[in-house]
Amino acid sequence: MELLLDSLFNGVAIGSVLLVAALGLAIVFGLMGVINLAHGELMMLGAYTTYVTQLIFKLPILKPFYNSYIIVSIFLAFIVSGVVGILLEKTIIRKLYGSPLETLLATWGVSLILQQFVRSVPLAYGTGLIISLLIGLFLPTTFPSKIKESINFKYFKFSSWIFSALAGVLTGSVISSSVSKLSRASARNVDVTAPSWMRGQVEIIGTAFPKTRLMIIVITLISVIAITLFLNQSAWGMRIRAVTQNRQMSDCLGISTEKVDIITFGIGSGLAGVAGVAVSLLGSVGPNVGGNYIVGCFMVVVLGGVGNLLGTVLASFGIGIMTDLIGAGRLLSIWPDMPLPLSNTINFFATTSMARVMIFALIVIFLQFKPTGLFPQKGRMVEN
Amino acid sequence: MSLGKIKFDKKIVLSFWIILIALIIAAPTLLPVFRLNLLGRYLSLSIVALGVDLIWGYTGLLSLGQGIFFALGGYCAAMYLQITSSSEFPNNIPEFFALYGVEKLPFFWEPFRSPVFTFFAIWIIPASVAGLIGFLVFRNRIKGVYFSILTQASLLVFFNFFNGQQKLINGTNGLKTDVTQLFGQMVGSESMQRIFFWITAVLVIAAWFFAKWVVKGRFGNILIGIRDDEPRVRFTGYNPVIFKTIIFSIAGGLAGISGALYTVQSGIVSPQFMTVPFSIEMVIWVAVGGRGTLLGAILGAVFINYAKSLVSEALPASWMFIQGGLFILVVTALPEGVLGWIQGDGPRNLLQRFGLKRKIETYPSLEVNNKEGNNE
Repeated sequence: MELLLDSLFNGVAIGSVLLVAALGLAIVFGLMGVINLAHGELMMLGAYTTYVTQLIFKLPILKPFYNSYIIVSIFLAFIVSGVVGILLEKTIIRKLYGSPLETLLATWGVSLILQQFVRSVPLAYGTGLIISLLIGLFLPTTFPSKIKESINFKYFKFSSWIFSALAGVLTGSVISSSVSKLSRASARNVDVTAPSWMRGQVEIIGTAFPKTRLMIIVITLISVIAITLFLNQSAWGMRIRAVTQNRQMSDCLGISTEKVDIITFGIGSGLAGVAGVAVSLLGSVGPNVGGNYIVGCFMVVVLGGVGNLLGTVLASFGIGIMTDLIGAGRLLSIWPDMPLPLSNTINFFATTSMARVMIFALIVIFLQFKPTGLFPQKGRMVEN
Repeated sequence: MSLGKIKFDKKIVLSFWIILIALIIAAPTLLPVFRLNLLGRYLSLSIVALGVDLIWGYTGLLSLGQGIFFALGGYCAAMYLQITSSSEFPNNIPEFFALYGVEKLPFFWEPFRSPVFTFFAIWIIPASVAGLIGFLVFRNRIKGVYFSILTQASLLVFFNFFNGQQKLINGTNGLKTDVTQLFGQMVGSESMQRIFFWITAVLVIAAWFFAKWVVKGRFGNILIGIRDDEPRVRFTGYNPVIFKTIIFSIAGGLAGISGALYTVQSGIVSPQFMTVPFSIEMVIWVAVGGRGTLLGAILGAVFINYAKSLVSEALPASWMFIQGGLFILVVTALPEGVLGWIQGDGPRNLLQRFGLKRKIETYPSLEVNNKEGNNE
């Protein structure tokens, strides 16, 4: 019984990382049908945001609040990845709606560029760039409608971009002069140290549980609840669902599908950033950190059924628990005297990489019976 | 895809072939060994690109897992070489087995003592693995991006498996071939590499003709039909599953041959051949060269890899930016690739834009068809 509980906890811990990583993808892929291979890199940006926030909170002014940096970084990571995602949507993905294979290749190109970007650009100036993007994208929307409708709006827009570029350069140089670690480009992995209140372990029903893992579960839980509420209760959530179901009809009824696309993609990307915070707590952060998760995320979304958050949740916890069961060879300890060939097989798969082999093979077999996942979409729209 | 292909004069075609063959024969003496070896490797990669073009350019199946078949071919070739040149090691088995305390050759490597078996295994094993994966996927009508994701997942399955199995295939270290012997000669030696270059060049041409033969005629028409409208093909009475499986396993076999050639020329096969980026790179060679044009796949593979090695030598950090940019550029601005652009209406449109050519009043295809009609 205790063993089962142990396995359940570990499984939930693994699954919650998968879930938080796959949540953004479930939105982007499930609701928009966009294959975003740069999702992992958006996670990486979130992880680097955590790192940058941590270093900035070590400055004397912010030192008293150091312990809360992880909370702040969750919001910052959401904004950073969201902004990059919106830029991506506005420049590339918008041109490729309806041709998912092309989107796949283009976003792979984006992921390569992002990876090399964090390698060869100092993080301080990277932060500056993000800030200028943020201001440049959002400042024009705050103008009063009188200006927006005038013919000279493009000049206002242009000048706001100049202003944002200046602001970006300014922040970049301020950060790089005050935090020396961020002023040089480096391809090396960096480490995020959890604040003191998150170190150590908690005991739950007799099992020791690392606090960071618990934090990840909490982050996941909050993200899932927030996104469910947003999609089901808010006006924009309703518009998103409407566009997902029937784009042309929604357009006819006066929903700005363009805006809906931007918001959906922005939220999906922002969730990737939140996942990045969670990932940064697990190990060191490097340019390749996102690549480790991307295929797993896609498997979760495909297994759960596209366009269905409940399916995503169940699939990720299912995969998490299975990974723990197989990877730690737990079946052997439950049933120690099983016949030799069977126990040999289980031992053969009882490593992290072989467990992955087994899990993916099982998923492929599962898809033989249910090709559209646990909760398939129904209706005529599905084929398109 | 473009219908109006440029028709060349027979004399031009003949002289093209003569120059090409002369270049292939002369290349080993003209180029330094290092460059020759690189060229040979890139030529062998163009065979896998041909396979990608067959399944993606002609049939519309974007596989992100061609690395599996590529590496399988490589492993077959490398294991044969390791086994045949292992007579001085204990137990007559390759050296690395001793490191992990393996005393007997694993049973599935036993047939690889025979050169004939290996010769067939190099392409039949990848082709049948591809056929199996393909059949299981296509049978369920999994298509489009789901197919791509599943092939990528299978790639990861194979990668993790090969990476973790030290006792069977030397795990992450891979199998080295450059110090092994073939017909009494060192595989890594200069004379051997020259022979491999010739073999590769001949096989590239053979593979090109084979691919041309495959896409010609009714079989090719059905492939294109599947790409453009699969339900309609099905309703017409064809079973797309069979055709897709066949073409996927052909592409797998080509990838196997390519992998074997690449392995003997690069001197090692390792699970690195099964990484996700490498398999996606194969797609971009075809995309840049021009999908749906077989020559484009070959040229794309050779030129992009050559550019990669040149750029990486000069500015190591910038290749990722260039490659990423290529992906975005090809997809957004040049969806038919360079060769597709040249063969299509690209040059004409460009000339028109600068006012160098008369604008066509009707659709280009209409005009071309009318011309043909008048000639008859």
